[in-house]
Amino acid sequence: VSDIDAQHPVDLESKRFSIRKPAVRCDKQGEQPDAERLQAAMQAFVKDMGRAAAVYMESCIHCGNCAEACHFYVQTGDPKYTPIWKLEPFKQAYKREAGPFAWLYRALNLKHPVTVGELEEWQSLLYDSCTVCGRCTMICPMGIDIASLISQARHGMFAAGLVPHELWAVAERAEREGSPLGATPKVLKERVEWLADDYEVEVPLDRAEAEVLVTFSSIEIMKYPESLVATAKILNHAGYAWTLSTKGYEATNFGLLSGNAAWQRDMTMKLIDAAVACKAKVLVLPECGHAYTGLRWMGANIYGKPLPFRVLHISEFLAENVQNGRIKVKQVPKSLTFHDPCQVSRRGGAVGAPRVVLQALGVELRETRDHGSLNWCCGGGGGVVTIHRADELRYRAFEIKMKQLDATGAELTVTSCANCRQTFDDGQAHFKWGRTMGSLLELVAENLQG
Amino acid sequence: VALLDIARGPALWASLAMCFVGIAWRLWGILRRPVKPDWSMPRSTATTAGALRMIVRRMWHHETFRERTLLSSVNAYAYHIGLAVVFFGFLPHIGFIRRLTGLSWPAVPGWLFIVAVGAVFVGLGWVLIARLSNPVLKLLSNFDDYFSWVVTILPMVTGMAVISLALDQPYPAQPLNPVPVAIHLLSLELLLVWLPFGKLSHAFLVFVSRGYTGAAFARKGAEL
Repeated sequence: VSDIDAQHPVDLESKRFSIRKPAVRCDKQGEQPDAERLQAAMQAFVKDMGRAAAVYMESCIHCGNCAEACHFYVQTGDPKYTPIWKLEPFKQAYKREAGPFAWLYRALNLKHPVTVGELEEWQSLLYDSCTVCGRCTMICPMGIDIASLISQARHGMFAAGLVPHELWAVAERAEREGSPLGATPKVLKERVEWLADDYEVEVPLDRAEAEVLVTFSSIEIMKYPESLVATAKILNHAGYAWTLSTKGYEATNFGLLSGNAAWQRDMTMKLIDAAVACKAKVLVLPECGHAYTGLRWMGANIYGKPLPFRVLHISEFLAENVQNGRIKVKQVPKSLTFHDPCQVSRRGGAVGAPRVVLQALGVELRETRDHGSLNWCCGGGGGVVTIHRADELRYRAFEIKMKQLDATGAELTVTSCANCRQTFDDGQAHFKWGRTMGSLLELVAENLQG
Repeated sequence: VALLDIARGPALWASLAMCFVGIAWRLWGILRRPVKPDWSMPRSTATTAGALRMIVRRMWHHETFRERTLLSSVNAYAYHIGLAVVFFGFLPHIGFIRRLTGLSWPAVPGWLFIVAVGAVFVGLGWVLIARLSNPVLKLLSNFDDYFSWVVTILPMVTGMAVISLALDQPYPAQPLNPVPVAIHLLSLELLLVWLPFGKLSHAFLVFVSRGYTGAAFARKGAEL
């Protein structure tokens, strides 16, 4: 364990949190021979192949439209970033091994067997240059949900031991320690004590019973601890019986991002078990995009039955409580633009919630040209922000976002995803950009009445 | 005459059979795949409506993509509608369908047929040029794309060779030049045989694919 930690030390000094830039990359895990890697990849990919994925695999008409929706292609003009191309080896494997005419493809050798070399070549396309933002789904004339296929292909890649160094390292740490960035239960307790003292706010921890279980992203715990304070202030203001749980607090799920279904399950079950243990009626997810996908839309399926509690993103929780009057806010006489986190808005269906909150705050909302379900991703989602070799490409994608936000001329810029926020912090430093990305949650906490 | 008899007889029935059996096989190959129950609390249960809405919604791009996809969308509509007009609106084709099914309808005017033919040739020509010159399309394209293009344009080309009377005149049941007519029919039969196997299957998969995403997104309350 100490060897792994020494090889992959967490970097909590830079603008975005990941592991330190590896001197020597190790993008191939394990010692198994190539044949085993390949078999594992194909089995993981085909094993998970449900009806919807099979429909998508059969339906592409090679129109290339998806390229036009992808920030990585639009900014570079490099055709290899065409979203559907990122799945090419898996499309080939599907046709040859699992499709309705697989026997024909094999008999006539119409599709050659995929090689480990090809999978290695495609690693950067599946991980570095796809944020799983799903904008390509919005343009596909066949309605193919390419992002869901990318996630499935990542399962194959993880099974083959072909995950980018940094993403594997943070995922492994999350599985082992309970947090990808070292926010262990001990660290959480220390942080909570420190914040409760410094900010004079009550932060209940490990209550036996609570109506609301609050969870956080390790990015918030380690980089934006003000978010913990803001959450506590709001929950106390609204008068909820709430708690944090050291048994289940980490909402990020690097099992999901890296493609390890078993680790995804472990991370999800910690949250579910913690909520069940304290008899929570509501589990509030933090300002984190993929946490919403991971628990709101996938959690019950991992649990194997409906969850005995509601799952709300913090922006939904705020919207609900602003509307029912439990959260009362002061007016903020400023112009503001909002960055939609892809997993919450486009892929999560919660486009309206942050806008309800912003309306209650009385801000002059200036939307970017593309917003809501058609927003441009910040470039850091899907684990991309952790991968050092992807930095230059990520910055290119980020330029779109900067231009669109600047064009609004708004005084404030906020989002409701800590991962987007750290991507903005990093982009801001890189481009010496004048805007700082703020948090919707913190904006509400700063403007509570009374 | 022998070739025409084959084209109108066994070859036609064999190609139609292959087309329908192939489509059924392909759909079965997809639909036999497992569907896991979704236990997440739905934001909306109107998933069928979502599927139908998606099928309609994706007939046109979102406004934000207009700059980048307008020309290809307009072109796709031009040659798809053109193909439909040519196949279903040309008097001899209606006669052909009537002999097969007993159904018939009025033919389109001659000028509209000519416009439709023009739209198909220009549109498919553009598609091929784009596929050969656009870096994204070049990268994505494989045998299926080019062969599907060939089997689509072939009935148009062979059809041009058999137009010998005024466009709005009924053609005799026994053509004056049976061999070109037989070749025209055989080219259509090639298209029917290929349809279930290659990308031309988007003719039916488009409803399945859009429908699945529409239902899933409606369940989440996401925009289509």
